[in-house]
Amino acid sequence: MKVFKCFTMVLMLLAAGSMSVAGTLDEVRARGVVVVGVNPGVAGFSMPDEKGVWKGLDVDTAKAIAAAVFGDVNKVKYVALTAVQRLPALQSKEIDVLCRNTTITLTRETVSGLNFVHVNYYDGQGFLIPKKLKVKSAKQLKGATVCTLPGTTTEMNAADYFRKNKIGWKPVVIENPAELNKAFFAGRCDVLTSDASQLAAIRSIAPNPDDYTVLPEIISKEPLAPVVRHGDDQWYDIVNWTVMALIEAEELGITSANVDEMLKSTDPQIQRFLGVTPGYGKALGLDEKWAYNIIKQVGNYGEIFERNVGPKTPLKLERGLNDLWTRGGLMYSFPFR
Amino acid sequence: MRGFKNSAVSKKTPFWLDPKKRAILFQLMTFVMVGLLAYYLISNTLINLEKQKIATGFSFLHKESSFEIGESLIPYSAANTYARALLVGILNTVKVAFIGIVITILLGTIIGVARLSTNWLISKLAALYIELMQDIPVLLQLFFWYAIFYETLPPPREAISPAAGIFMSNRGVAFAVPEGHPAHLYMFLAFVAGCGIVYLMRRWARKRQEKTGQIFPVFRVSIGILVGFPFLTWWAFGAPMGMDVPVLEGFNFEGGLTLSPEFIALLLGLVLYTAAFVAEVVRAGIQSVSKGQREAAMSIGLRPVPVLNLVILPQALRVIVPPLTSQMLNLTKNSSLAVAIGYPDFVSVANTTINQTGQSIEGVAIIMAVYLFFSLTTSAFMNWYNKRVALVER
Repeated sequence: MKVFKCFTMVLMLLAAGSMSVAGTLDEVRARGVVVVGVNPGVAGFSMPDEKGVWKGLDVDTAKAIAAAVFGDVNKVKYVALTAVQRLPALQSKEIDVLCRNTTITLTRETVSGLNFVHVNYYDGQGFLIPKKLKVKSAKQLKGATVCTLPGTTTEMNAADYFRKNKIGWKPVVIENPAELNKAFFAGRCDVLTSDASQLAAIRSIAPNPDDYTVLPEIISKEPLAPVVRHGDDQWYDIVNWTVMALIEAEELGITSANVDEMLKSTDPQIQRFLGVTPGYGKALGLDEKWAYNIIKQVGNYGEIFERNVGPKTPLKLERGLNDLWTRGGLMYSFPFR
Repeated sequence: MRGFKNSAVSKKTPFWLDPKKRAILFQLMTFVMVGLLAYYLISNTLINLEKQKIATGFSFLHKESSFEIGESLIPYSAANTYARALLVGILNTVKVAFIGIVITILLGTIIGVARLSTNWLISKLAALYIELMQDIPVLLQLFFWYAIFYETLPPPREAISPAAGIFMSNRGVAFAVPEGHPAHLYMFLAFVAGCGIVYLMRRWARKRQEKTGQIFPVFRVSIGILVGFPFLTWWAFGAPMGMDVPVLEGFNFEGGLTLSPEFIALLLGLVLYTAAFVAEVVRAGIQSVSKGQREAAMSIGLRPVPVLNLVILPQALRVIVPPLTSQMLNLTKNSSLAVAIGYPDFVSVANTTINQTGQSIEGVAIIMAVYLFFSLTTSAFMNWYNKRVALVER
């Protein structure tokens, strides 16, 4: 049972000897794989395909970390975690890093003892509703029954929104996403609320996606980012700059297809980025080819986006906020200098 | 002689050879070791949490919960504290566990007796039920009943109304209930008074029977008092007939009393599953009383009901009660599976609390404490009852 798993994690927290705080990188190297907590199933973000291979934007972020550390995207062990289990799993060292569409919040960065790295997806909470109910705005949801997952910021956002607008409502909170979707499609709830990206994913697996629509209101900011524990700055830097490298590569025009050519580039910025001019790898405690390996094996942020959630996928998401800052989005890598 | 005397004088055996003192010593040592282990775990945890700058303590209980709960026995909104949210969860668990236990015992007894019926069909049907329900994991049964509910029933706008004032839809079963009226309080008081009178009457009837041998129809008179008193009160208040009928408003039914699909599915799943085990317990209890007892009772001219009440049950209950207690505890604990089908029980609310506050250790500690309390109260009550029904040796 899930509750039981939560118990064991707490027990691990209790029993863990005096934890050595530093040295996640050494532990990962000694183990030979990086252990990453992922979502058990959100199409486009992390979900095993029909052959059991993990696919998605968060999964690709995890692969990028493995590429940076080992030069091999396959050296990842995926641990599927529910929303409730994810933070205790990270706190109790069951996983090295959590790439599981997790919102950066003040509480999580302080009282939960965690550090978020750079955002890998800018999201916001919305409502998915059957078209036949003829609702045009979230303001018309008075008395509605709302399906939601537990253990997320979603519950609080929805409560805040309805309170602010003085709208009565009833939540139905189901832990398993598959069960929740089934209940929603069967009409147990009038609306389903979650991050807009997830709504697109859920809509894409509906019996008839065209029967459903996403309401225009986005009621929250949900910057999703990978998370590590407090207290290991080197590991934080590695994960943080791995995400940065994905974005920087897109800005520099480096893709998995042209990265070998780019090695011959005369642009000093690209030479430093790809480790032709050494320095950054050593600074992070990694191989000088770390960024090359990421881009060669995983691709840049744009490629990851298009492959997993872009307009050509069932999710059909536009870049929007997740476009590069040079094109009006929020994706902005800090300088590689 | 001298040697013998010596040994008699040195009666002061060393304490490690004295079984009584040794027992105390061992217990003390175990106690200290367990204490030290607990101290180590707790202090070590606190140090680790401090190192990682994770917040500790229970002060979060007084903060605003800022999440809604689907159903509640007491007024609750997102503006209330976490403590109240947890209380709502506890009451929801108590609600489903209490109603579940009552129905389970009734149903389990009926099936257990049916299993022993001489009627081939009834006996085999009961056996089939028991085998089927025992073998299917309770979580699957919950999913099954929940899915049945939302897959087969229509949306609220096309609700089925099997009788006036009852509406069934995939949002639950909505009933009409009597409108609030001051008479209800007095009806309740009349019922309580009736209970007191019934208790006194039973004592009087027993004494009289012991003295004179005359039998007083206690059961029928009791029912008369328990139903009649509230009814007369209701009539004295002018027989208020007003009903609070559920009305479809917007998305859902308003007014009346609504049982949610989650509650019904959870109750059904738990009751049908546990009743199979209770049926076996009841059957075992009845079979433990030897056939000779029944025959002896009948041969002295007792009729079937007194045979059951005076001879069979007192002996059977002795066997039934202890395993029955454990089934009741099972039902209560299994109710935490509610999280899977969205009934806002205690664990579900505690999960949300843990996630929002990030204080999993405190949250899990509260969960453990609450279930421990449930279990200890249930078994304390059942132990008391067990003592009462146990054979008194004279």
